[in-house]
Amino acid sequence: MRIVVLVKPVPDPGEERLGDDGRLDRSVTAVINGNDEYVLEAALKLVEAHGGDVTLLSMAPAGVTDPIRKALAMGATRAVLVSDPTLAGACSWSTTQVLAAALRTLEYDLVLAGADTSDGGGGIVAAGVATLLALPYLSHARRIEPLDGGVRVERLSAAGHDVLEATLPAVVVGTQLLGEPRYPSLRGIMGARAKEIAVRTLAEIGLADRPVGGAHATTALRATRQPAPRGSGRVVRDLDPVAAASAIVDFLVERRAI
Amino acid sequence: MVAASALGRLTDDQRAIRDAVRTLARERVAPRAAEIDRSAEFPEDLRVLLAEQGILGLPFPERHGGLGADLLTVCLAIEALSAACATTGLILAVQVLGALPLLLAGSEEQLGRFVPALASGRDLVAFALTEADAGSDAAAIRTRAVRDGETYVISGTKRFISHGSVASLVTVFAVTDPEADRHRRISAFVVETASPGFTVSRLEHKMGIRGSPTAELAFDEVRVPAANLLGAEGDGFGLAMRTLDRSRPGIAAQAVGIAQGALDVAAAYAGQRRQFGKVIGEFQLVQGLLADMDARTEAARQLLYTACEEIERGAPDAGRWSALCKLVAGDAAMAVTTDAVQVLGGYGYLDDFPVERMMRDAKITQLYEGTQQIQRLVIARALLAHKP
Repeated sequence: MRIVVLVKPVPDPGEERLGDDGRLDRSVTAVINGNDEYVLEAALKLVEAHGGDVTLLSMAPAGVTDPIRKALAMGATRAVLVSDPTLAGACSWSTTQVLAAALRTLEYDLVLAGADTSDGGGGIVAAGVATLLALPYLSHARRIEPLDGGVRVERLSAAGHDVLEATLPAVVVGTQLLGEPRYPSLRGIMGARAKEIAVRTLAEIGLADRPVGGAHATTALRATRQPAPRGSGRVVRDLDPVAAASAIVDFLVERRAI
Repeated sequence: MVAASALGRLTDDQRAIRDAVRTLARERVAPRAAEIDRSAEFPEDLRVLLAEQGILGLPFPERHGGLGADLLTVCLAIEALSAACATTGLILAVQVLGALPLLLAGSEEQLGRFVPALASGRDLVAFALTEADAGSDAAAIRTRAVRDGETYVISGTKRFISHGSVASLVTVFAVTDPEADRHRRISAFVVETASPGFTVSRLEHKMGIRGSPTAELAFDEVRVPAANLLGAEGDGFGLAMRTLDRSRPGIAAQAVGIAQGALDVAAAYAGQRRQFGKVIGEFQLVQGLLADMDARTEAARQLLYTACEEIERGAPDAGRWSALCKLVAGDAAMAVTTDAVQVLGGYGYLDDFPVERMMRDAKITQLYEGTQQIQRLVIARALLAHKP
């Protein structure tokens, strides 16, 4: 099975900051988006059990290769990095078009993506990619298994899970219930240096002169606010356990929590 | 290894390996460290983790299933692990120590027979030179190996043997020719611990590195195939010394790691603990402690890295470099961990914080693989051997 995993380098969670232009400062340490590591783990397990290979597909500045190397060290076969200076500030719609266009240049049976990213958090790109490529779209997967010419997915639902099946190729969006991502082994790290990261420009994926990128963003970030700092919690210090318990109950009742 | 990186003295591979081991140490090893110390049980789960991640394969040649890493890379891994847990860093350091006689003197047949299981991390190997009455004076060992046809029969007792109770193989040094010159009496053998007559006769209760089992090993007429002799008869003492030349940097790396771990805890604490209305890190007396801790740690680290490079390039005074880095790093670890306890004050004396454990762990780096006094002897002898 040939699997493409959409991976996004994001600022190390907790280190995110905004530049003067209101855009995310991408010069801080980048890591692979956490949710993407879970679907990469699922992809690696699928090819280990059933054969095939895993291609990483990413849209990022050309210099951001460390996180992609780490994903290669986990066991992916190769990486394709779409990189073009005009893509800085791209909106979700641009990103969707770019990834769909890049996928048209690749051979694959399955596209896997994480639920959303820790920086943008839109959570719509994978669905958009499936729409543009007219592929079946299976979301909230907690389990993925191959069928003959198809794929079966257990999709989380409010009541439990649904079992969905689709023909290949298909796009599957996974959850963290797929299983903890592995640590790259030292052998994987040393081997990753020899693996290919193919850098593609917009022209090379057939999007030259098309209205994608920062200049054509369909959404604009107007303002970003830090959430107000949380006040310090209330500490009940009453040594009498009954009095302490009733103070806590009163507190919760006051806020209609119980 | 690829060419040196523009970012400093480490290659890209070395940085990547160090960072990966650091992540593993922070996320998987550090949360276990206090419990390993308290229970004094060998962390078999972490041995498996190190094996799975390829960390135990670092020092072994690629043709026998290892990663073929150079000495500096191995030390980077030991340092990163030891910053979280000295016992866990020692799993790799002892694997290096135990395997070095084999790697230095083993025939291709012996390497093919023993190395793959060590490189995969399935088997551990211990180094058995020290005896109750032969520590610093290693040439005075009394364990005997007597040739009998195609086997040697080994009898005697070894003491202070790290991993002696968890290893599948032990590199044993024994007297083969009691009449020979002091440094030609001894030979080295690879002994499988499953051999009849081999027993673990005691486990020591220790101040530090409490999860690392230190065993007394009894050899009661243990029969070892002559094919397990490393090098020639009489080569043992020289081989032990060449082994220590390459293994002491591993202990220096453990020491640097312990020091860094303690410094990190102390600096974080000084940034949070408030007394007299401000965080204690704002007091210059505390700042002085932290700055000295950092200077000592970094100086030891840079000396260690230089020693690794010198030893790896085959410097004729490899023994001096090896002794220098262990001497400086061991003393740095003891001083830095002691100061870390000081920065934390009374809290540093409690096992609620890791620095008292680190201080206890640091002490062993001044003792094993040659006391600091022996390191000074090695250094001085190298100096005095240079005739003008």
